[in-house]
Amino acid sequence: MSTKRVITYAEAINEALREEMKADPNVILLGEDIGAYGGVFKVTKGLLDEFGSDRVIDTPISETGFTGAGIGAAMTGMKPVVEIMWVDFTLVAMDQILNQAAKMTYMSGGQTKVPLVIRTQGGGGRGNAAQHSQSLETMFAHVPGLKVVVPSTPYDAKGLLKSSIREECPVIFIEHKMLYNQKGEVPSEEYFIPLGQADIKREGKDVTIVSLSRMVHFCLDAARELQNEGIEAEVIDLRTLVPLDLELVKKSVQKTHRLVIVHEATRSYGWGAEVAARIQEEAFDELDAPVLRVGAEDVPIPYNLNLEKEMLPQVRDIVDAARNALYLSV
Amino acid sequence: MGQLLQFFELGEQTWHGDQRKAEEAWRTMNLIRAFEEKCIELYKQGLMGGSLHSYIGQEAVATGVCMNLNTDDYITISYRGRGQAIAKGADPYKLFAEMLGRKDGYCKGKGGPMHIACRELGILGANGIVGAGIPIAVGAALTAKNKKTGQIALTFFGDGATNQGAFHEALNLAAVLKLPVVFVCENNLYAEMTPIKHSTLNEDLAERGAAYRIPSIVVDGNDVRAVHEATKTAVDRARSGEGPTLIEAKTYRLVGHMFGDPETYRTKEEVAEWRQKEPIKRFRQVCLDEKLLDEDRLDEIQNQIYKEIDTVAKRAMEADQPGMEEIFTDVY
Repeated sequence: MSTKRVITYAEAINEALREEMKADPNVILLGEDIGAYGGVFKVTKGLLDEFGSDRVIDTPISETGFTGAGIGAAMTGMKPVVEIMWVDFTLVAMDQILNQAAKMTYMSGGQTKVPLVIRTQGGGGRGNAAQHSQSLETMFAHVPGLKVVVPSTPYDAKGLLKSSIREECPVIFIEHKMLYNQKGEVPSEEYFIPLGQADIKREGKDVTIVSLSRMVHFCLDAARELQNEGIEAEVIDLRTLVPLDLELVKKSVQKTHRLVIVHEATRSYGWGAEVAARIQEEAFDELDAPVLRVGAEDVPIPYNLNLEKEMLPQVRDIVDAARNALYLSV
Repeated sequence: MGQLLQFFELGEQTWHGDQRKAEEAWRTMNLIRAFEEKCIELYKQGLMGGSLHSYIGQEAVATGVCMNLNTDDYITISYRGRGQAIAKGADPYKLFAEMLGRKDGYCKGKGGPMHIACRELGILGANGIVGAGIPIAVGAALTAKNKKTGQIALTFFGDGATNQGAFHEALNLAAVLKLPVVFVCENNLYAEMTPIKHSTLNEDLAERGAAYRIPSIVVDGNDVRAVHEATKTAVDRARSGEGPTLIEAKTYRLVGHMFGDPETYRTKEEVAEWRQKEPIKRFRQVCLDEKLLDEDRLDEIQNQIYKEIDTVAKRAMEADQPGMEEIFTDVY
């Protein structure tokens, strides 16, 4: 019987790292300020003391350099977990991520595996402005060779990170800065969540709402509002973009016949377009309404909190989209 | 800075009477030259895709460096990387097969000339992106240090790569973590089609290693003995836990950046002058002067290599194409 415990998203990630480092001496951490300082979001707190500076390595501010080193270490027998402090900074290391890590196995004809996890955090909501608030998961999902994990709860974050560290390929693991203090139930017993399994966070029969990361919580809030109007929304958390569990979405659409996709990333060319396209290709006859998308406005993220809130998707936008999908007047 | 930057001078006794070393070097340099010449032939026949970046003229660097390495030491190389792969022990048949995109190639025909890799020989991969293999080698050195295996990592790159951020970040990281890695800059004077002196004010690129407090050595890259000896110091330092070294081997690319390059950026006279100083010609003279190998033995080895290369190239041309199922394998 599992023990019920409530811990934060940051603590859950810390536990996953600790457990995997204990289980496998090849797991090492690389990143900026992750050692004595414990990481800017305190995710790696205490790990330096426990595992020493050979395994928790503070690096210079050089994302290309230490991401590349993580790749080289992964190719030669280590299991590095590289922390890139903000997802926006991954752009500095994109050659290493997209040209090197993602393609090494294929280019070598399968000789080389790159069991590397890049942990980072993204998203807006606290006035970090245009270069510290982006949701860039689609960029990684667009390049074959990477798996992409975007967890929404402490439970999912822990189980998915533990699985990610045991993958044999590079995994981009994107946390959300607004979720680090969010609490949730996490059993004290060890568990894993396999990559590629979406999760129904709330069952419903009238409209399917698909999302991930922080927006899942917005969708659940929206579902509660819709319930007051007698609408039962089903909320699906994709949890991983690659692999994509489209089957669960299709199954839900077969029940609800209506689909709303919600992401914090800018709307144009986001992953929502991919999911919408796939659903119309594979489940066109199930649809009773056009697939609708809710995403951020197609602008850089403004600093001013009022402007930021307005440009990011809010609960109201999701409620409106669900009502639209049901042809109810907004 | 003074002590960190050294100009290597060849001792008079280097390889004195060492016929075994001389034969190994002669064989490897000729194998690389013969392989690269055959590749140009095959490329002209339209048997290869993409671009062909020949290593002709730089054979002494790969040869002299790799003579210091063990099979399980790691290397990363650039798209001009068949020379180093051969020097590290790669099988010419599997290399040809990869050049031709065949199933028997090192990467099953899925990597091609710019992405040669061989796990068993520690060849972590050639790279199509200038400078990108440098931090990867630093990571391999991190593994060696962490697991205390006694292995080292060595990375080959060109002069142009020293202007990439990846180079600087990798050097600084390796210096700070004191990793067992050797950085080998093959300065062939041209960064693709631009003379390096037009894009870099440092006369000696090795200064850039010294700037990161990495002992750095400038060596004549067309003298296989000098390259061998200079690299030996670096490899020993790495293996004994003293940290990274940078070697700048000054050499010259005798052919264009890639096949078909009109080479408008340099004169025919300049190339002709370097042809007189090219490493194979020079080493033949050294072997004769120092009575390491006689004319007959030199020719015998050379002829045998050219014959062997002909045979394996033919075999590779007959090798199977990869099956269509290979499109979808090895992605993750």
